[in-house]
Amino acid sequence: MPRDKETLLRKFHQAKWDEQIIFEMSVPGERGILVPQAGEEISAIIGDGLSVIPDQLRRKTPPALPEVAQARVLRHFMRLSQETMGADVNIDIGEGTCTMKYSPKVQEHLAARHPGMTAIHPLQDDETMQGILEIYYRLEQFLKEISGLDYFCFQPGGGSQAVFLNACLVRAYHADRGDHERDEIITTIFSHPVNAAAPATAGYKVITLMPDENGYPTLEALKEALSERTAGIFITNPEDTGIYNPEIAEFVKAAHDAGALCSYDQANANGLLGVTRAREAGFDLCHFNLHKTFSAPHGCMGPAMGAVGVRSELAGFLPVPRVEFDGQGYYLDYNRPQSIGRVRSFFGNTPLALKTYTWIMQHGAEGLREVAECAVLNNNYMDKKIREIPGVVVYYAKDERRLEQVRYSWEKLKEDTGVDTEDVERRMADYGLQHYFTSHHPQVVPEPFTPEPCDSYSKDDIDEFVAVLRQISREAYEEPDLVKNAPHHSTIHMVQNPLIFELEKIATTWRQAKKKGLV
Amino acid sequence: MSEKNIVYPYVPNSVKEIKAEMLREVGLDDVKALFADIPEHLQFQGKLNLPQPILDEYSIKRHMEGLLNKNKNCSEYLNFLGAGCAQHFVPAVCDEINGRGEFLTAYSGGTYADHGKYQALFEYASLMAELLDMDHLSSVLYDGAQAAATSLRMASRMTGRNEVLLSRSMNPEVLMVVQNYLQGIREPLLNIKMIDFDPQTGLLDMNDLESKISPETAAVFLENPNYFGLIEADAEAIAKIARESGAEFIVYTDPISLGAIAPPAQYGATIACGDIHSLGMHMQSGGGQAGFIAVHDDMRYIAEFKDLMFGLTKTSEEGEYGFGYVMPHLSSYATREQGKEYTGTNCALWAITAAVYLSLMGPKGMTEIGQAIMQKAQYAAKGISELKGIELAFSSPFFKEFLVKFDGTGKTVSQINKALLKLRIFGGKDISGEFPELGQCALFCVTEIMTREDIDSLVTALEGAVN
Repeated sequence: MPRDKETLLRKFHQAKWDEQIIFEMSVPGERGILVPQAGEEISAIIGDGLSVIPDQLRRKTPPALPEVAQARVLRHFMRLSQETMGADVNIDIGEGTCTMKYSPKVQEHLAARHPGMTAIHPLQDDETMQGILEIYYRLEQFLKEISGLDYFCFQPGGGSQAVFLNACLVRAYHADRGDHERDEIITTIFSHPVNAAAPATAGYKVITLMPDENGYPTLEALKEALSERTAGIFITNPEDTGIYNPEIAEFVKAAHDAGALCSYDQANANGLLGVTRAREAGFDLCHFNLHKTFSAPHGCMGPAMGAVGVRSELAGFLPVPRVEFDGQGYYLDYNRPQSIGRVRSFFGNTPLALKTYTWIMQHGAEGLREVAECAVLNNNYMDKKIREIPGVVVYYAKDERRLEQVRYSWEKLKEDTGVDTEDVERRMADYGLQHYFTSHHPQVVPEPFTPEPCDSYSKDDIDEFVAVLRQISREAYEEPDLVKNAPHHSTIHMVQNPLIFELEKIATTWRQAKKKGLV
Repeated sequence: MSEKNIVYPYVPNSVKEIKAEMLREVGLDDVKALFADIPEHLQFQGKLNLPQPILDEYSIKRHMEGLLNKNKNCSEYLNFLGAGCAQHFVPAVCDEINGRGEFLTAYSGGTYADHGKYQALFEYASLMAELLDMDHLSSVLYDGAQAAATSLRMASRMTGRNEVLLSRSMNPEVLMVVQNYLQGIREPLLNIKMIDFDPQTGLLDMNDLESKISPETAAVFLENPNYFGLIEADAEAIAKIARESGAEFIVYTDPISLGAIAPPAQYGATIACGDIHSLGMHMQSGGGQAGFIAVHDDMRYIAEFKDLMFGLTKTSEEGEYGFGYVMPHLSSYATREQGKEYTGTNCALWAITAAVYLSLMGPKGMTEIGQAIMQKAQYAAKGISELKGIELAFSSPFFKEFLVKFDGTGKTVSQINKALLKLRIFGGKDISGEFPELGQCALFCVTEIMTREDIDSLVTALEGAVN
C-alpha cells in the first residue's frame, strides 16, 4: 500500500511481541551454545584445572543465568531489535545534535567481517598491523586538513571522553608552564553538558555563560568571566540552537589575551565541512565525534570515537601511542616524555577510524563541501516549513539563518492546547518516527525540540517528517487528548514512572526487581 | 555547488535540480548565502587538500580490503597476546544481533520508539548481576580502565577520603588511565599509593598493605586475576583489612573467569568493576572494550553512579514492562558539572552483545568455559616451563594468563618473539619494560579457542627459538 500522497503520512504500527525478560524464558537443561573444552588428553595431564583455585575463591554454585536454546535466544533478541527504531528504519531527523547520518553498509561489512579488522590484537608487532596503522596515519592527515590543526589523537572512546582529554591537555599545558592558579573553565549553556562536566571531572571550577537575544553570550559577558584564573574556554559554534556566533574569533582572542586556551567542540561539524575551520577562528584544540560528522553508526550509544586535534604547542602532551611513519613503514611511538599517558586502553575504537577514513575517501574535498551545503540547505528548507506549523515558536536571532539544526519551542502549542513537547514526542512514535530530542537540561527554551535533517535525508524525507509534525499540531488543536494519551501504535503504552528516585522502586536488574517485589 | 555535479549516493539532495528547487524554496539563488552569517575571514578559502575521492562502492571496497589485507590477523597466526584484550570465541548469534540495523543505527531514543533497546540493556545488566552476584549496574562505560577510575572516585565520594591503594601488579595501561582521572589542578584529586607484590608469589604483599592502609584510605583496589594472570588467594583477607579501616574494597575482574572463580562480591568486594570485552566482542585491535561497575542494592552506592541507569517500571497497561531513568540527576546530561562525573556515548552495542553472549552461555556454558581456560592455560604453562632455561615467574595459580621468564635462555623476549613471528606466532606480551625487576618476562594468554595442537606448536616453536 503506498504512503498517502496527500498527507504524506504512513499507516504504522511498531512491532510488539509481548516479549518476556530473558530470565522468564529459562528452561532447565536447555543450552544456547556448547563451548570448546580441554578434551581428554589435556584433562589426563592437567586434571580438572579447577582444584588449583584456593577453596575460598572457587565458584561454588554456577551463576543463575537463564538456560535457553539458541534459536530461542536469537528470536528473543531479534524481536527486541524489531522493537527498536534505528536510523536504518526511520527518517531519523528528530535526534538533533546527534546527526543521524546514513552509515554506508560497505563500511560496516568491512569493519564487522574482515579479519584484518576483527581478528587483530592491539599489541601485535607493528609490522603486522601496517594496514591499520596506515589508516590511522592517513586519517590524521585528513582531519588536520579539515580542521586546520596540527596533530590528532584517536584514543578517546567517544566525544565526551574527547572533551575530557581536552581538559587533561589544558591541565597539562598550564602545569608544564608552572601556572597552577588557573582552575576555571568557561563554557556556555547551549554547549553540550560535557563541556561543563568533563572539565569538572578534571578538577576545574566551571563558569557557564548564558545567551543574550542573539542566542549566544556577549563578548562583554565573556570578558567579565575571564581572569588570571581562567585555564580555558570550552565552546561550541554553532551551539545547539544552530546559530553561528560571528564573534567567535573575538571570543578566542579575548581568552588568549587572558592566558587561556580555547577548545572547540566540533562534535557535530556536519554543516561546516570545508566551510570554516578551527584554525581560522584561532582555536588551540578541537574534537570531532566520528560517529556524527563522519557517518559511523551510533550503536544505541556507542561504541564511538572522539578525535582530538591540537596545535603543535600541545602536541607533546597527547596520549601515547602515536602513529608515525619513518619513510619505510608505520609504527607506534610510545616515547613521548611529556605525554599525559592514556585516557583509554589501547588506541581507540579502530573500526570507527576505518569507517571515517572510508567515508572521507568516498567524498573528497568537493564531496565534504557538498555534504555541508546539503546539510545546511536541508535544515533551512525544513526550517521554513516548520515555522509555518501552528504552535511553533523560534527563540533568538529572529532574522538570522541557522546552520545545521534549530532549537524550536512548542510554547505556543502548550498555551493554546495544553499539549507539551513530551506529548508530541510520544505521538511521533505513532507515525513511524524515532522520538525527537528536546534539549539537554536545563531546558532554557520552554517546550523545546531540536531536529536536524543533516545531509542524509532527501527533500521527500524532510517533507514527510514535517508532515508528521504538522499533523500532530493539528491533532493538538482539534483533539488534544489524542496526543496527550499517546502513544497508541507503539510497542508499549505510557510509562507510569519515567523518572525513578526511590530506592524501593529502583530495579536496574531482574534480581533487583524480584527482590523488591516489582515483578 | 559541486563543479562536476556528482550525485553522491549518501547525499540525496546533491541532485542538482533538487538542490536548486530547495534553494528557491528558501528564497536564495546561491548556496553560499546559506553561510552568510559566518564572517568572510572565518570562511575557508579554496579547496581542502584531500586525496581524489574513490567514488564507486566497488573501488572503495577494493581500496579498503587492500589496506586491511596488509594486517596479519589472528586467524592466520597463532596468537598468545592478552593483557586486557584476549582472543575468545564469538558465537555467530552475537555477530548476528550486533549487526542488526535497528540496534546498530539507533541512538539515544526514548522508551516508546526504542523499547527493545531498553529491554536488551536491562537484560545486559541483569545477566551481569547474576554473573557478579551483585544487584545493581548502570549502563556501560568506555572501557574497564575508566570503570576502575570511576569506581575509585565513587569510593572517595562515599568515604570523604582522598587516598587510594592500588596494587603494583595492576595493568600499567589501566593505571595510566586511572592517573588521569585522579589528577587535579594544584594537587591530585586523589592520592595514589601503590602496594607491592610478593616477589615469590606475585600476589599482593599483605604486609605492605597493612603498613599503608590508614584512616585516609578511601579504597583498596585489587585486580583479580591480576595483570600477571594470578588468582589473588588472600582476597578475602584483603577485603577484611579494607573494610575494618572503613575503606571500600574494589575488585577489577575478568567476567569470563566467573564461572570458575568466585565473583568479587562473594569474597567481600563492595564495588566490582572490569571490562566486558571477553563476553562476545571481537578484538578489533582494542576496539571491543566496554566497562562495567556493579554494587549491592544500597543507596549509598547507587547514588554515586555517574552514567545513565535504566530501571524496569510499569506502563499504563497491566503487566506490561516499561523502562524509565533511575536518578537522572546523577548524570551530567541532566545537571552538567553537578553530575557525579561526565558521561557520554559509551558502548551500548557491546552491552547488548554481551547480553546475547551470556544468554547463549547460560550457567553451564560459563562454568565450562572457565574450566576449559583453566585447563588449557595450565597445560600451556606446563609445557613451556619444562623447556630448558624457561620457567614461570610465579608459582601461584592463574587464570588465562601467566608470566614466563626467559632469563635462563640468555635471550630477550624481543628476540624470542621475533623468532616466533617468523613461524606465524604472536608470542606473549613483553613486559620487561613495564616490570624491569622481573627480568626478561612475557605474559602469555591462553583461551578456550586454543587446541592442544596449537599449544604444542607454541612449545615446539619456543624450544627452537631459545636454542
